[in-house]
Amino acid sequence: MATADIVDGGPPIIQASERRLGLPTNILTGIVLAAVGYWAGVQVGNGFALNDALNTGVLLGYTFASIMFLVGIGFANYPLARLFGWRVTSQPSGDDHAGPWRYLNLSLDHKVIGVQYLVAMLIAMLFGGIGAMLIRTSLLVPDPPIVAPDKYLTLVSMHSVMMVFVASAAIVGPFGNFFVPYMIGTNRMAFPRLEALSFWLVPPAIVILLAAPIFGGFQTGWTGYTPLAEQADQGFDSYIVGFTLIGLALIVSGVNMLTTIITLRAPGMTWTRLPIFVWGVFSASILGTFAAPILAAALAMQAMDRTIDTTFFISSAGGSPYLWENLFWFFGHPEVYIFILPAFGIVLELLPHFARKPLWGYRTAVVGLLGVTLLSWFVWQHHLFLSGIAPALRPFFMFSTEMISIPTGIVFLVAFGTLWQARISMTVPMLFCLGFLFNFLVGGLSGVFLSDVPSDVTLHGSYFSMAHFHYTIVGGEIFAIVAATYYWFPKMTGRMLNQTLGKIHFWWMMIAFNLAFMPLFAAGLLDMPRRVSTYAVNLQTLNVWVSIWAFILFASMLFFAFNIIWSWFFTFKVAPANPWQARSIEWLMPTPLPRRNFEKIPVFTSGPYDYGNPSAKPVADLGGPPDSGRMGGLGVEPAPS
Amino acid sequence: MSSSPLRRTDRTHAVRLLVAWAVLTVIGIFIAMQVHLPPGDQSHQAGDETWLLQFMTILSVPVFVGVVLFIVYSVIAFRQKGPVLEDGPPSRGNFRIQVAWVAVTAVVVLILAIIGIDELSTTSSGTNFASSSQPALAAVGSSAGHPLRVQVIGQQWWFTYRYPDFGGVETTHLMLPVDANVEFHITSTDVLHSFWAYQLGIKADANPGADNITYVTTLHTGSFTVRCAELCGLWHGHMADTNGAVLTQDAFAAWIAQVQKDGADFNLPPYAPIYFPSPAVKGS
Repeated sequence: MATADIVDGGPPIIQASERRLGLPTNILTGIVLAAVGYWAGVQVGNGFALNDALNTGVLLGYTFASIMFLVGIGFANYPLARLFGWRVTSQPSGDDHAGPWRYLNLSLDHKVIGVQYLVAMLIAMLFGGIGAMLIRTSLLVPDPPIVAPDKYLTLVSMHSVMMVFVASAAIVGPFGNFFVPYMIGTNRMAFPRLEALSFWLVPPAIVILLAAPIFGGFQTGWTGYTPLAEQADQGFDSYIVGFTLIGLALIVSGVNMLTTIITLRAPGMTWTRLPIFVWGVFSASILGTFAAPILAAALAMQAMDRTIDTTFFISSAGGSPYLWENLFWFFGHPEVYIFILPAFGIVLELLPHFARKPLWGYRTAVVGLLGVTLLSWFVWQHHLFLSGIAPALRPFFMFSTEMISIPTGIVFLVAFGTLWQARISMTVPMLFCLGFLFNFLVGGLSGVFLSDVPSDVTLHGSYFSMAHFHYTIVGGEIFAIVAATYYWFPKMTGRMLNQTLGKIHFWWMMIAFNLAFMPLFAAGLLDMPRRVSTYAVNLQTLNVWVSIWAFILFASMLFFAFNIIWSWFFTFKVAPANPWQARSIEWLMPTPLPRRNFEKIPVFTSGPYDYGNPSAKPVADLGGPPDSGRMGGLGVEPAPS
Repeated sequence: MSSSPLRRTDRTHAVRLLVAWAVLTVIGIFIAMQVHLPPGDQSHQAGDETWLLQFMTILSVPVFVGVVLFIVYSVIAFRQKGPVLEDGPPSRGNFRIQVAWVAVTAVVVLILAIIGIDELSTTSSGTNFASSSQPALAAVGSSAGHPLRVQVIGQQWWFTYRYPDFGGVETTHLMLPVDANVEFHITSTDVLHSFWAYQLGIKADANPGADNITYVTTLHTGSFTVRCAELCGLWHGHMADTNGAVLTQDAFAAWIAQVQKDGADFNLPPYAPIYFPSPAVKGS
């Protein structure tokens, strides 16, 4: 019985025998098989191609390569073993590999996956950031452009898609996977293989996106509007496959998070004790689960238009570009709340710990997060206000968009209530949380300008809207990610990030970000459209200013990376178990963390934010209930047939 | 753990914040009113948008000032004091404040939506669809008669304009008479574009196979810039024309007559509401 090892807790551990496949499954095998898969896909695709554009070969090549990569690192072992009745071996380590090597390989341990995600996201952010720097370099001169227009637009497109990858996964991936199981008191996620899959879909997506320039890049931006996409070379196939992989990662991660949070909460972890960060992950997972399938379907239609000559989006042959616009934004607007809801969760999670007060209006905050989740399905056509949609629809979408300010306002109210009469420690994570509040305020207010149709007429598609969403995503989400990194890094890696460098990083990043992006509102008001490789000569001073501060902003992120590398690998002092003296359960764990989260499933006895109450018990009793053998949280896998 | 005697009461903090907020808001609104916002007053629509942008800027001042002030004040007044980490009061919420907050944001949202919908309805009205084949020039575009129809055709990478009321002649610069209702029919022959006449305060997407209609009522003569506001390929950024102009009625009549005369040499396809692109050549 393979389940025998599971019952005593610890990470899930079933792995099929490696030898049955005839080759060891690890990342090197994965890379080799991916190359073979790519070659095979190209041969098959080009053999069957209905037109001479070679899209079929590239699309199948990427698809086969992704599948073979997953097979190579070991995702097929378990299903194949079950399918053919091979012996299933159990390895109590939770993964097949030992030491640091396991961080480069398939692991079913949520702690390993969290660290894998964190590093992968930082690397992807570096690629996206380099793209941004090249864009800003090109915009130092209005005309002729430093970078040729096709290269420039490829840079814009790759920067945007890469950063969308990062923004979709960079909170739920590293911090959700790592801390949600602790926060709800379980040793594992509900579907550990899906959790691993949600990570291992990301590296192929990044590599495939980075391969786009080999085939001429793509000049469509992250929206991929047809018919422009129809004109694009095979570089656009990177967009289709890469984005599909990220969509799949969102789906599997969403399903897994929802199931885990609903079913694996430990005794005493009631819905009203759930840390607000878990609520943020929960709301984003609802959106990921239900919005990403629409993206995947729409991308499949694009792929068919490009390969087997369907005409879903080709107006001259009975299709419609409007169909793509609607499908894309029906996914796309929930998508931006997939970015920001976990960020709300992080900020509201950290504020009580550093204000030393309970989260003020906890239930209202939950209503606010779920309110955003609900409303986000009803606003997508504000991206299409000027597209020629039925005019009668515009008042509805204008109103629904403006309604979003109500639940968002609740988030600010809860933050204010928590800060009121508080005892604030100005730690590095707290600084970034306060920076988030300021930046998101600017992003939110500028969003109201864009939500009203008449003012949107002037602002739509201009640098104003570009500045707006960078304020919400960079100033908002990225600040929250940085806050979370400073906050949880000691628990994730066992090393404190240097706090003095952290304070320098905050002021550096905050000032550079605002000085870089605030003038872009003015650029938009002065009729500079987005995604242009050239611009009016009178805007050169403004653009040079923005570029210089953007370079300084990028340098602040390199400084952050330096702090991470330095503190992680070159300081040899183990971090204290609870450096922030916070109440929540992850800080009751020892540092470094044992492989098994809980020897006994904990019983939660009070809320995580019970500050100022001298009689409050610790958040959980780690001794566990007397009879916790098969209680929720242990995650017993169903016995094999 | 009761709050230490050095801590001030809720009331003291609230009064200070309110006074500071009121003073700073007044100053902020005064500054906001000095800001010159686009798109200006060349058309009725542009005037409305300028007013709305101004209104929203002023409306956002109290919100911006309030939030920033609160953050700064909290950081100063509600800091940890002393070496020992101290807890704050265990307040978990105040139902009345929460209800009041939601009510206030809801009212602001409602006001914004009502203003927006009102602007939207006046923008779309003011035109009259009285059909008349080839109206006399004097009647075309006048506020009483048939609106002047202009077809905007987006192409990689420029806009051309056809005037169906004048035999469907085609030009590369957009000229409009002053004091006229203009009905734009925006379409494309290849990819999506967005027709953005900045000073006129209009923007609408150009879609192949679709006729997107928008209206403008010109009020003042002067030049304007036309740009493309939807990514349309390589030379998207170069798709700009600063030579558009609102002319006097007489100047417009002279100009269109000249265009008609020059255009007689060209063999344009017949005017149609939409033009389909030739089937997309894949993978060029």
